Amino acid sequence: MSERVKVAFYWCASCGGCEEAVVDLAEKILDVINLVDIVFWPVAMDFKLEDVERMPDNSITVSFINGGIRLSEHEKVVKLLRQKSKLVVAFGACSSWGGIPGLANLYTREEILERAYLTTPTTHNPDKIIPGSKTEVEIDNTKIEVPVFLASLKPLDEVIDVDYYIPGCPPTPNVTWKALETLLSGNLPSKGSVLGASDRSLCDECPLNKTKPENVLIKEFKRIVNFNPEPNKCLLVQGLPCLGPVTRGGCGALCVNANMPCTGCFGPLSDVRDYGGKAISYLASILDLDNEEDIKRELSKIIDATGLVYKYYLPKSALKGKVGGSKS
Amino acid sequence: MKEIIIDPITRLEGHGKIIIVLDDDGNAKRAYFQVPELRGFEKFAEGRAAEDMPIITPRICGVCPMAHHMASTKALDDLYKIDPPSAAKKIRELAYNVFMLEDHALHFYILAGPDFIVGPTAPKSERNVVGVIKKVGLEVGKRIIVTRKKLRDINTRLAGKVIHPVFGVPGGVSKPVSEDDAKEIRAIANEALDFAMFTLKAFKDLVLSKKEILDLIISEAYTHRTYYMGLVDDKNRVNFYDGKIKIVTPSGKEFAKFDVHEYQNYIQEHVEPWTYIKFPFIRQVGWKGFVDGEDSGIYCVAPLARLNVADGMATPLAQEAYEEMYEMLSGKPVHHTLAFHWARVIEMVYAAERIKELAEDPELTDKNVRVMPTSTPSIGIGVVEAPRGTLIHHYETDELGRIKRANLIVATQQNAARIALSVDKAAKSFVKRGIIDEGLLNMVEIAFRAYDPCHACGTHSLPGSMPFKIYLYNEDGKLLNVITREQ
Repeated sequence: MSERVKVAFYWCASCGGCEEAVVDLAEKILDVINLVDIVFWPVAMDFKLEDVERMPDNSITVSFINGGIRLSEHEKVVKLLRQKSKLVVAFGACSSWGGIPGLANLYTREEILERAYLTTPTTHNPDKIIPGSKTEVEIDNTKIEVPVFLASLKPLDEVIDVDYYIPGCPPTPNVTWKALETLLSGNLPSKGSVLGASDRSLCDECPLNKTKPENVLIKEFKRIVNFNPEPNKCLLVQGLPCLGPVTRGGCGALCVNANMPCTGCFGPLSDVRDYGGKAISYLASILDLDNEEDIKRELSKIIDATGLVYKYYLPKSALKGKVGGSKS
Repeated sequence: MKEIIIDPITRLEGHGKIIIVLDDDGNAKRAYFQVPELRGFEKFAEGRAAEDMPIITPRICGVCPMAHHMASTKALDDLYKIDPPSAAKKIRELAYNVFMLEDHALHFYILAGPDFIVGPTAPKSERNVVGVIKKVGLEVGKRIIVTRKKLRDINTRLAGKVIHPVFGVPGGVSKPVSEDDAKEIRAIANEALDFAMFTLKAFKDLVLSKKEILDLIISEAYTHRTYYMGLVDDKNRVNFYDGKIKIVTPSGKEFAKFDVHEYQNYIQEHVEPWTYIKFPFIRQVGWKGFVDGEDSGIYCVAPLARLNVADGMATPLAQEAYEEMYEMLSGKPVHHTLAFHWARVIEMVYAAERIKELAEDPELTDKNVRVMPTSTPSIGIGVVEAPRGTLIHHYETDELGRIKRANLIVATQQNAARIALSVDKAAKSFVKRGIIDEGLLNMVEIAFRAYDPCHACGTHSLPGSMPFKIYLYNEDGKLLNVITREQ
């Protein structure tokens, strides 16, 4: 390659798991550093936005952005990175669809702030102070800026144009490495592609797949709370709502290997419009019950359907939650 | 009135600030520590199925997901009033100690290492992980990476995933440990213990042997006389996985020892308008602002706090190291912030010894790893010691086990006030007549690092210095000068 590849890595409303996931490349990290120049990585390098501002447009080969958009500052930085980057990749579940912090969209900003600062049992707040309700506070005659907590959490592609997606919460080292290889190969897939993961459902790579019949049929849904699944037998067949059939593969079925159902962190397959809708209709379809009443009753045993099928996907969904789509 | 803002990279939203207000003479009057970090977990937990909480709460922090997963799982045990089988507790404790060891190792070598192994006054270009490797040798550098990877692989086996584990279920764990797993774990356990002992020796050779570093550790600038909190077992020894919460006063007297169910009687959280982080304090003592001493409710958690509240360590080599530390620093409690690093290494030895004990326990491969709940859920509270301190999860549910209310006391928050004290002291020592000494930058950076303020720490790996900026304002709010901490 004549010119060195320049890479930027940025986090928004993330937990740091995506950063750890990069560190988990372990000895391969050294290969990465040999292959590319990291020009911006706040967690590891001096955070200087003005440096990025000074870069020519499109001079960063690829920016990997993880975390959902939750604060005003995130919007600012990702817009800047878009301007300076040839490619932008949504890294992980949060930037792809909102991720678990996206469940906050079930509540308004006011409800979230009120719980955190007024009503939790250990909060001692006689003056009913709520940080973030004002963008500027005055202490000791000094005005101090407080970043704005936006009305809802947004996936990255609702704020800027996104070229590729790397799924997972977090993406596994394997998936990250494969995605990097694809990006460095010079042979780029079509815009909007998901990188590093499988194009088939998780069942395809699940060790229990051989115990799953062509058509799964069950009489009732079980909860892990009071059910201990036997190992070596498809969890769905045993009645646990495992989302493997509607989830993209690529992780190596890590959760199922621990005898726990897939919760969908690799998101939907390419032809799916709404992950949660797809998941709930799949779960309804495997109920071996004759009338709608019974099916409804059985589905209602899932005490938090939203949390089950939209765990990583709510901000991206057709539902949007309570605050989705509202203007910040 | 002038104001200085130091803008470091800290936890979640990548942009925390330290604000220092000056009096009319330009001397530091008070320091503020601002963290923009709010995602609303306590609210959006409402409506979720209780059994989803061990999956949801690790996303609070991907650097210490096992801590949240475990606190959450233990809250579920309590919610359903079930005591897991002995083997399940051992599997959990094993995975937990593996996590503590690799997390502490990352912090010691990659984040704190540059300050001590390379030296606090070394040129910045060398104060990074590359400088550490130069000092300890490439072989050792590789060993750090490889040992950590092996430990994380163990937890992939035990917990399903290392980032965001899944094995915790009410009343036990989701699967037993196979004979193959146990064999593998036993092999790595020996390696892990060698590695921990090597680290302790490296700390003594590279850090404690230098007078200027010892002087720094015990210097007044890095000393705060606060209360301390941590979990202890029935013999008052440090335990990460379970125990009673003990608090000691700044003079080392036992102030309280209680079951986590009573936490609300002891812990309250103070709110300031200029930061998203709440400041926990000891309820009976009260919030007296950002001051230390017996009369101020500010307390601290994490490695040094755990050692200060305990009578000792539960394993022999760690106990030896524990006694040595208190002897060298003349008695308990130790109030020196920089002794956090020492305490962290001692905890690494304990974690490694405990891993070995558990790995060799024949019960580890027992197939009975779950008890089923029979009671109706209502309230569940769980506690563990996260690498960065005491962590409490408290859930209230309806009779179906749907969360109605959640309260989380997160480790990192509990050191926020003490971090502010450190910054305050640094400011008062190094900001005189409006002039900022370079020492301030070093000092703030080193103080910050000692607490391992969760997050950036986890991966702060390339140029091991914490970058930040200082903005100097005059009384009209006009920007006079910007000083940047360069790499």
